[in-house]
Amino acid sequence: MKLTRYALTLIAAAALAGCGSTTKLDEPAPVATAQPAPAPAPAPQPPAPAQTAVKTVDLDAQYTEQVRDKRVVYFDFDSDVVKEEFRPLVDLHAKRLNNNKKQALTLEGHTDERGGREYNLALGQRRAEAVAKSLTLLGVAGTQVEAVSFGKERPAAQGSNEEAWSKNRRVELKDK
Amino acid sequence: MLVSVSRRRSLAALAALGATLAAAPALAQVRIDISGVGGTRIPVAIVDFRDEAKSPQPIAGIIRADLERSGQFRSVDAPAGLNETSMPAFAEWRSKQADALVAGTVNRLADGRVDIRFKLWDVVKGTELIGQAQAVHPDDARLAAHRIADLIYEKLTGDKGVFATRMAYVTKTGRRYSLVIADADGEGAKVALTSPEPIISPAWAPNGRELAYVSFESGKATVRVQDVQTGARRVLADFKGTNSAPAWAPDGSQLALSLSREGGTQLFAINRDGSGVRRLARSSAIDTEPCYSPDGTQIYFVSDRGGGPQIYRMPAGGGGADRITFNGTYNISPAISPDGRTLAYITRTGGAFRVSVMDIATGDSQQISDASEDESPAFSPNGKLIVYASRAGGREVLMTTTLDGKIKTPLLITTAEVREPTWGPFASQ
Repeated sequence: MKLTRYALTLIAAAALAGCGSTTKLDEPAPVATAQPAPAPAPAPQPPAPAQTAVKTVDLDAQYTEQVRDKRVVYFDFDSDVVKEEFRPLVDLHAKRLNNNKKQALTLEGHTDERGGREYNLALGQRRAEAVAKSLTLLGVAGTQVEAVSFGKERPAAQGSNEEAWSKNRRVELKDK
Repeated sequence: MLVSVSRRRSLAALAALGATLAAAPALAQVRIDISGVGGTRIPVAIVDFRDEAKSPQPIAGIIRADLERSGQFRSVDAPAGLNETSMPAFAEWRSKQADALVAGTVNRLADGRVDIRFKLWDVVKGTELIGQAQAVHPDDARLAAHRIADLIYEKLTGDKGVFATRMAYVTKTGRRYSLVIADADGEGAKVALTSPEPIISPAWAPNGRELAYVSFESGKATVRVQDVQTGARRVLADFKGTNSAPAWAPDGSQLALSLSREGGTQLFAINRDGSGVRRLARSSAIDTEPCYSPDGTQIYFVSDRGGGPQIYRMPAGGGGADRITFNGTYNISPAISPDGRTLAYITRTGGAFRVSVMDIATGDSQQISDASEDESPAFSPNGKLIVYASRAGGREVLMTTTLDGKIKTPLLITTAEVREPTWGPFASQ
């Protein structure tokens, strides 16, 4: 009986030791080099996670990562309509801003090079405000977004052709 | 021997460096080059001033160049030897086909100033028309010469001259933007502000001492005012959103501008110290590019409330607006002549943007430029010329034109892209 109990304890201890969570202090610590590894080791395996490990899911970071390459909304000629294809982008930004009310964005409106500087500044402003409105309709606070404009002063692409112009008619969503 | 050779070499190297620096694009070298002007030009003889070497600038040469550039004068060869105290032999000058004659003297005063005196004679009648003396700081010798040219121009044509006025414009060299101030002849260009971010819409204060402009230096458009002489700057408008299109009221007490702080681009007025912001109009459209009438009672501006951008007019304190432009679907950038009678603006025809002028009373309009990307017209203070930004040979340039579009003159540019011209007021004497 006594023996059996001891044996059970040993088995349990061994089982626990197998889990790698508890080790008796007077037992020799397992040494990795003692194991005769086959010569050409395959790709090193990542160590198994600790039993007490906790993986933090940072929604801020996750949402920020989701918008990493989604920072520009493009527009049609003479239009401030946020096109359907950019709705998912706007949704992701709204999710991020709603998750972190301290996060703020500057929405920079831009136009192509045709026409006057001041009128283009106003057209870029209109585009930036259209994006701001899309965001506030999704619950983002007005204080989290500032719509500004660079008009035609800061083109993304050089050139006097539709290819360049279409890249320049845009709103850039930048972290404040 | 070795020392002297190496010294000579280093001097030569210095000279070469100096030449390189002089040629470097530190400043856009801008010159007005009026040529090919036909019609009747007044033949005028400008004699080199006595002791002209005492002035840091060639007085007679500057006067000659000013008058010729105006398109209204022709220079007649004039041998040196005459000054303002002389009694000209009018018969001799008549035989040289000169209608008018100018001579003078330069002196250095004990306090370092330059004393410049001159006389203008009517050669045909054999009478004296003007005699005047001025003492100026040596750095203002060029200005003094421009003033003399203005006096001659006014006496002989009846119109006030603009040679002593200044222009401001924006240059772009690589990624660097500069706000530059130059004499109306394009000489003596000095940089008032240099910035890695765009600068647009400079506007001279009526006193000629300050410039308001839009700077993107803080990552968005804000309106600043800069004292030209001291470089002191202040923020006039830095509200949420975009702050742009400053225009001084004729009395200089306030400015009209467009702000998006309440949503949309809308017109506001603001005191010159940045206080007392008040909304002038309320529309669901873009309202921008305000411009006061010379008497200060009206504001002309651009609005797309009817679809495309058109020019409208409303009382300066706000109120109902009347549409002014009806031809075409895109009319922007209004400027009003000093007499209040003529509107200059940019109109789009086909894909081209050109300068047009309209007789405000009749509504008759006429296109006066012929390039495809013209921008930002501004009147000279005597109302005789319009300066505007254009594009030639793939480069941004400045042009001046008479109001009928018949005489067009490029401002010669050696380096930078040049844009956003604004013509300063008459200089105080």
